[in-house]
Amino acid sequence: MQASILKQRDYLIANIQAALADEDLKRLRDAVVTQVGEHRARGVIVDVTALDVMDSFAVSTLRELAHMTRLRGAETVIVGIQPEVAFAMAQLGLRLEGVTAALDLEEGLAYLNRRFKRTAVRGAGPNPGRRA
Amino acid sequence: MIGPRSAGETKGSLLPADQEITVPIASELDIVAARQRGRAMATQLGCSPTEAALIATAISELARNIVLYAKHGEIGLAITNGGGRQGIMVVARDQGPGIADVSRAVAEGYSTSGGLGIGLSGVRRLVDEFEISSEPGKGTTVTVKRWRR
Repeated sequence: MQASILKQRDYLIANIQAALADEDLKRLRDAVVTQVGEHRARGVIVDVTALDVMDSFAVSTLRELAHMTRLRGAETVIVGIQPEVAFAMAQLGLRLEGVTAALDLEEGLAYLNRRFKRTAVRGAGPNPGRRA
Repeated sequence: MIGPRSAGETKGSLLPADQEITVPIASELDIVAARQRGRAMATQLGCSPTEAALIATAISELARNIVLYAKHGEIGLAITNGGGRQGIMVVARDQGPGIADVSRAVAEGYSTSGGLGIGLSGVRRLVDEFEISSEPGKGTTVTVKRWRR
């Protein structure tokens, strides 16, 4: 499968490396939902930078992933939606609904850190999250 | 097949309109193949990344409709000329169950697949020209065109 799941502290980072067929995307969804329990993850980041198309199936599968992980007690952030992909999604009327999106991996981690009130990995200081 | 550009051809020049590709659609794996071919054709025509993404997304949805409703069919891709413009024409053809009420099927927000497909109305918003012909028991053909901006 053209995707990998890495563990960083109590976050899972699912990185999609190339266009995924429907079955691969479903497998990724199921793997993330399972691994949230195995690693006792509290946050999940799905990096879709490499996806050049997000059609109705991709969007609904990512929504399911986020809702399923939420039911397992972890928060999901989708990162890396490319500008032209965002444009096509908006034209098509596709929505992430209740799912959080962030610009890139760094912003996704910052969001989760803020959410769990955690000091950022690189940043020191009492107010983690946004860095210059 | 997409052939190499002939020597001396510059970006934006009129490309031959006889380039055609047919991608058979028999499983979800073919959806990715079809949209990648469409994107390549759009890029070759000189479309911007945004236009290429819109075309690829429209192809993805049309191919998905074939897999969902007809199981198999084909996606035809061609460069088309009209009114001094050039664009991409996508023809999604199947011999599936057909659509009984075409006007309802293209109506805003209509989808029979439980919200998975955004339906034909979504595809219609991505393209400049949209035509559908369908006969119950015989199959459906959807033809869309998007002109290069």
